[in-house]
Amino acid sequence: MLCYTSLDILDIQWIWQFFSSGHTNNWAVLVCTSRFWFNYRHVANTLSVYRSVKRLGIPDSHIVLMLADDMACNHRNPKPATVFSHKNMELNVYGDDVEVDYRGYEVTVENFLRVLTGRLPPSTPRSKRLLSDDRSNILIYLTGHGGNGFLKFQDSEEISNVELADAFEQMWQKRRYNELLFIIDTCQGASMYERFYSPNIMALASSQVGEDSLSHQPDLAIGVHLMDRYTFYMLEFLEDIHPASKTNMNDLFKVCPKSQCVSTPGHRTDLFLRDPGSVLITDFFGSVRKVELTMDAINLTDPIKQMEEDPVNGEEQKEVYSYADQLPVSEIIHQKPKQKDWHPPDGFILGLWTLILLVFFKTYGIKHLKHIF
Amino acid sequence: MGLLSDPNRRRALISMLTRLNAPICVVCYFAGVAWFMGLAFEPFTLRTYMSENAMGSTMVEERFPAGERALATGREFAAHKKKVGGMPVDWLVKNMQDRGLEVFTQSFSRTLPFPDENKERYIVKGTNVYGILRAPRAPRTEALVLSAPCSPGDNNNQAVGLLLGLAQYFRNQIYWAKDIIFLVNEHDLIGMQAWLEGYHHTNTTGMSWSPLQGRGGSIQAALSLELSSDVITSLDLVLEGLNGQLPNLDLANLFYAFCQKIGVLCTIQGKLQRNDWDSVSGYNHAVQTMMLMVMKQASGRPWGDHGLFLRYHIEAATIKGVNSFRQYKTDATTIGRLLEGMYRKLNNLLERLHQSYFFYLMPSLSHFVSIGYYMPAFGLLAVILLLRALDLWVQLNTPPSTTEDGVADIDQVRHTPGVLSVLTPLVISHLTGVALYALPIRFQETAVEHFPVSETEAVVLTAIAIYTAGLALPHNTHRYYIVCVCGTEQGWRVLKLVAVLYLAVLLGCTALINFSLGFILALTLVPLAAFVTPHVPKVLSAFILVILSPACTLLFSVFFFQELQDMPVSFQDGWLLYLSVISQGILDHSLYGSLVYPLIALLVYPCWLLFWNILFWK
Repeated sequence: MLCYTSLDILDIQWIWQFFSSGHTNNWAVLVCTSRFWFNYRHVANTLSVYRSVKRLGIPDSHIVLMLADDMACNHRNPKPATVFSHKNMELNVYGDDVEVDYRGYEVTVENFLRVLTGRLPPSTPRSKRLLSDDRSNILIYLTGHGGNGFLKFQDSEEISNVELADAFEQMWQKRRYNELLFIIDTCQGASMYERFYSPNIMALASSQVGEDSLSHQPDLAIGVHLMDRYTFYMLEFLEDIHPASKTNMNDLFKVCPKSQCVSTPGHRTDLFLRDPGSVLITDFFGSVRKVELTMDAINLTDPIKQMEEDPVNGEEQKEVYSYADQLPVSEIIHQKPKQKDWHPPDGFILGLWTLILLVFFKTYGIKHLKHIF
Repeated sequence: MGLLSDPNRRRALISMLTRLNAPICVVCYFAGVAWFMGLAFEPFTLRTYMSENAMGSTMVEERFPAGERALATGREFAAHKKKVGGMPVDWLVKNMQDRGLEVFTQSFSRTLPFPDENKERYIVKGTNVYGILRAPRAPRTEALVLSAPCSPGDNNNQAVGLLLGLAQYFRNQIYWAKDIIFLVNEHDLIGMQAWLEGYHHTNTTGMSWSPLQGRGGSIQAALSLELSSDVITSLDLVLEGLNGQLPNLDLANLFYAFCQKIGVLCTIQGKLQRNDWDSVSGYNHAVQTMMLMVMKQASGRPWGDHGLFLRYHIEAATIKGVNSFRQYKTDATTIGRLLEGMYRKLNNLLERLHQSYFFYLMPSLSHFVSIGYYMPAFGLLAVILLLRALDLWVQLNTPPSTTEDGVADIDQVRHTPGVLSVLTPLVISHLTGVALYALPIRFQETAVEHFPVSETEAVVLTAIAIYTAGLALPHNTHRYYIVCVCGTEQGWRVLKLVAVLYLAVLLGCTALINFSLGFILALTLVPLAAFVTPHVPKVLSAFILVILSPACTLLFSVFFFQELQDMPVSFQDGWLLYLSVISQGILDHSLYGSLVYPLIALLVYPCWLLFWNILFWK
């Protein structure tokens, strides 16, 4: 039995805030694209984000971790089975329960795009799939060596910003995400998000076009740079986040100003429907199960209206139904609809050429036809 | 019409070429020399920088602690060496095994073609001892080498001690991704050659050695250590190897970077770097350093034990500790740390060093001149030869002007001698060259029987005798000409054309492989090739030709080299040094395959003889 009590306007607002974010599960795709010992810092970057994401609640089954090389077991590592993110070895981000889904040479452009779009062969195990749905918030983190408009994978191939934008569009059309947060820490990282055109994507990059992302600090005992600056300060920022914190995206945009990062981090929010100030960090980095305790009964209005019966008359009125335009993309991103190019029909061209030939042979004599037939 | 196909324009071009030939040649020569001298001027050089990404900067932490213990080991080594009277093989084997290395020995023996003054016997026998430190977790595919020579007397004891100390320290680290081979070789270069041949399963020089029982994978880099005192004031880097080959510049950059980080004084060619490049004395200093490198490279002999590695595409350098009169002294621990840092960085390599230059000159340790900058100097000299060849070709093909009475000498017009006419001088010159190459060693016993000299002197004096005998050739060979071209104007022109082109090709090929040798030969041979004709004053030209011949160039180079090292010698000592240089050249050729002696004897000397022939053309 429901007990009806009077409801405040504030209660109603508080109820609707409960449903504000619209997502029900979280996924993370974390990719490190470089191999070789001197790219230790890229693996450390990815593992730091992995660590934060796991700490804030996303389970391994919802994380696709792709590491192009194994630093922890590299022969040159003086501290085997560890990957440190801070000098003086304060923080071992490798930990003891890392689950790497794509390792070594499996980290390729093709595999990355297949993971995003879901076009994997049936034999792929579940741990290697991104099984997101239309209520998933996905965090995508890329790091490695990049340039203006491309990101280098494994020293042998590149992914371009156009390919990435198209992959995200495929994800949108297949309803594989609710909202997407894209973070990239490479040189000239802002070029990678320039071409996005699908809605509900927010993007952050560590440097603008023409700038290099710099590494943070070398560790003399290990002999390599341990982390990149942007991810280092982002990790510091994330260490203060706990599952119940209410920090929003505007604070993440302020991470690593130019004085600390030397490069200028950038972000892009025009494709995102919500205001970044209302987006919590834990919407993407954590997997928060919303629980609100109440002693009151709350009347949720019925969102579905019943259709009224038409008065019966002899004729059946058949209306032609069509799908409403659910995706007014051009309105969302204020783009002019693309003009479809007009081609004359094929038969017309054939007829035109036949006419020209006939006129030619008429004028210059039929004997030239011999040369053709 | 094009420039070359239009006959009028062609004639104009040709006439300009013949008119201005001599002035252009002179200008080119001085431009080439000026360009070369300008290479040492600091604004024209580039600062050295690390090109290899994997090696990165010098960010490692060096923690080698045991310098004193290394010196004590060195003293023990010296004592055992004196007791055994040679290489203390058993002591070395036991010592290396105690430090946890896999130890192997290799015995070798070599019959020298003639006993040189160092060895004083025909057969050299020795043993190499080496220990392999296996990488703890890596497969045995790559290796690094650290070597120290076992020298007689009191030399290099500290080097062996430091090598053993480093071996013990390295054994306790787990970050090695490559095997490290610690090698102590006997008889310097001969032992090193035996070891390298055994390691790579080649036998190019006819040495006999026992096969190596233990191997470590393909060698990526090697360092050779020469340290003869407990404290040093500076470290000298030696780069020049066999046949003028140099290691990758990144190895020198690595050494320099660590010298700066640790704060050790580092030199190249024994000369310290100066900062006042805009003053005359600063420029002189840079020129001296560069000329020393040019001289050493031109000699074609390896100036350290590292020189033989380069042939196998292994980047190697020698580090010499120098103890001179300076206030600031460096101890063995610091040297150990420098080597530790270098080896940790070499450990990070994923491929062989190939990103930086293989052909360069260094006026100082922090500046270098790459091949693209120094080759034009040689190019300007080679252009002189080509201009001369063009001039001769034009002269050969122009019909001679008619004589006063309008009757052209038909014989002279028709009788353009073909190339076959120059065959005789060519063949005879080259036979003389072959004699110069082969006879000295072959007839050393006969020489020793008839003259009161040692074998070494016999060889050298025979060589000089044959060289001088070649000067008498033109007077004797004229009667052997196949086609009688004696007396014709065209005959010597054809010979000179062939000789000039031959010299151009020869010098070009030499300069590509060993720029210094090619340039020095070009400096002396190009002027004489350009100006020599039968019509210049005979006595003066003969004198100039002898002065500019390869043998005299070598003599002057010996004196110049001593001057550059601030150790000028008197004429007597210089002459003895010259004789020893020749004997060393012959010995290097048979021991390690150095190409300088065969080049000079078989190719450059016959070419010079052709010009001598032209001078005395009747």
